[in-house]
Amino acid sequence: MKKSIANWGNYPVMESDEQQFSFDDQLVQLVKKTTHFIPRGNGRCYGDASLAPQTISTLKYDKILSFDTATGVFECQSGLVLDKILEVIVPKGWFLPVTPGTKFITVGGAVGSDVHGKNHHVDGSFSNHIVDMDVILSSGEVVTCSPTEHVDLFEATCGGMGLTGMISRVKFRLKKIETSYIKQKQIKADNLEHIIQLFEEYQHYTYSVAWIDCLKKGKGFGRSILILGEHATVNDLNEKQRKDPLQLPKKKQITFPFNLPSWVLNAFTVKAFNFLYYGKNFKKEINNVVGYEPFYYPLDAILHWNRGYGKPGFVQYQFVIPMHAKQGLIEILKRISDKGLGSFLAVLKVFGKQESLISFPEEGYTLALDIPVRKGLFEILDELDQIVLKYGGRLYMSKDARMKPEVLEAGYPRLDEFKAIVKKYNPDGKFRSVQSDRLLLTPGIATTGSRVQVTGAKEQVNA
Amino acid sequence: MSTILILGAASDMAMAIANKYAAEGHAIQLAARNAQRLKALQSDIAIRHNVTCTAHEFDALNFTAHQAFFDQLPVKPDITICVFGYLGENETARANWAESEKIIHTNYTGAVSILNVVSNYYAAQKKGVIAGISSVAGERGRQSNYIYGSAKAGFTAYLSGLRNRMFHEGIHVVSVQPGFVYTAMTANLTLPPLLTAMPEQVANTVYKAVAKKKNVVYVKWFWRWIMLIIKSIPEFMFKKLKM
Repeated sequence: MKKSIANWGNYPVMESDEQQFSFDDQLVQLVKKTTHFIPRGNGRCYGDASLAPQTISTLKYDKILSFDTATGVFECQSGLVLDKILEVIVPKGWFLPVTPGTKFITVGGAVGSDVHGKNHHVDGSFSNHIVDMDVILSSGEVVTCSPTEHVDLFEATCGGMGLTGMISRVKFRLKKIETSYIKQKQIKADNLEHIIQLFEEYQHYTYSVAWIDCLKKGKGFGRSILILGEHATVNDLNEKQRKDPLQLPKKKQITFPFNLPSWVLNAFTVKAFNFLYYGKNFKKEINNVVGYEPFYYPLDAILHWNRGYGKPGFVQYQFVIPMHAKQGLIEILKRISDKGLGSFLAVLKVFGKQESLISFPEEGYTLALDIPVRKGLFEILDELDQIVLKYGGRLYMSKDARMKPEVLEAGYPRLDEFKAIVKKYNPDGKFRSVQSDRLLLTPGIATTGSRVQVTGAKEQVNA
Repeated sequence: MSTILILGAASDMAMAIANKYAAEGHAIQLAARNAQRLKALQSDIAIRHNVTCTAHEFDALNFTAHQAFFDQLPVKPDITICVFGYLGENETARANWAESEKIIHTNYTGAVSILNVVSNYYAAQKKGVIAGISSVAGERGRQSNYIYGSAKAGFTAYLSGLRNRMFHEGIHVVSVQPGFVYTAMTANLTLPPLLTAMPEQVANTVYKAVAKKKNVVYVKWFWRWIMLIIKSIPEFMFKKLKM
């Protein structure tokens, strides 16, 4: 069915012919007969990664296939959303091994983006926990791959943005928990030096992330709140919580009802927000026990919060730069602050070591910020890209809507190897997205120049 | 805890009904033609809701096998819900007997065949509930879907007669008239949002109707009134309408 689709950033927007299916046999038929398409889950990547003129939605392909409550091995179809998994596994004493900041993504998306969470420095990214998975190739052939079987396909599918084939089934290991609560510690950092020092000091914590004020200049440049967490044990709970230590959180959600006019978000309102957000923590350090939802998914409580950025949408800019390039972090933050690009949600985190073909995480600092789309923004981001590259960093494809192919190439040293594997399994470019065309990743089109144009994107920028 | 047999279990509506009963802690028997397709549905319901869920091959059009199908069920269901149906293409069916036959046999003959078997068993046991998913399309024939509509009309009349007979045996029969529902069956139609229900709403209606022993239920309340109006239009006018 033809419909207008966009991902979480609401930029770009495009018309797409979306097909749905519920069963294995339907899926194989669809893959065979659709000329070119990109698999699409819940549309929670930010840019154009799951956009294409033709898409196959996995949302109705969401069945749990097995769950061993003794060993914590879980198996499901690729359209299952993490939210639904939590409802099943938490009461049985298990948790997702890795979760991003929203629980509204599908398992297929978690693999295709190889998502990371607040525990990356300890547990790595999602793909580290996969036992095996099935990928449907362009011929309709179903291939099982794992870290030991069809290794090239496995490596290129983890973080491969759906370009190797359609992920249909994923089996992965869960993490054992004693309670559904998190023992949380929040520490205020006065400036950038301080927060970096705190990250080092508290690196033994399983979960860590920092909210950072990108607009503050002078002495308080880079002031932050470090948020740390460990899964709480029964002993950490109060009497009421102890009655049902694995209780699921109650559903209470509010919906952002409409697109906010885009002028509402400006350097002044962001500064005011940052002032209040930083100021709300009176004490230097806060220790408490909270449910897992406010800890991992604070924004999921507001459905459609992306409407806060107005109709033109926003981009999330996320990069990682190596540990030793602290100077780069300062330079980029300065540039962001000078240009007034700061966002409500700027997040700083330390990644641990990771060796992978095409996944985003590598050891270093990663910063993510949401920036409303407006005239001239992309030129500024192009400049930031150059600083990121200068310090040996790279950008996250799942957040991207605008980087140039050279930037991707410079940031991912094994890109040619990735492209060769994509070409092997997807020789005719059947699996292709607006992003893969833009980044010259779709096999067979770099030379023919038949790139898909996104209609409406230009008007959006100028709106 | 009861056991619920879902006939035609692979559809979106059937899955919603199965999930609703499973969420309330009941055991589920899924029956559909394509047993391969049922595997994932079966594991999903069993794991999600912590209930027993079994899968059984059942072809609504294979009438002669219906008695054996029911006899072979390891546990006899307390509630049987007949969900299967086939919308088909009215235009194709007008010229193509195979399509007409499929519409009639799926929506009417097949349903009569299996529910005869089930109701005879329930009558002998003096215990059991039957729910049939019919359609508002069966309330008055319209040019756009009268072959489907007439088969559903037959099914609606069957359910009504069955309810009358089974009342005297202490067995309850529910007729469900869903109206438009967002499912794979209607994926290619443009439906008016206000009049269209989600499969989960149908499931809730079925669940409540069975629990409260309702006779004829509509999923969205205004469908009852819409159909009342449509039924009250005099034939000399109705035939001139395009609907």
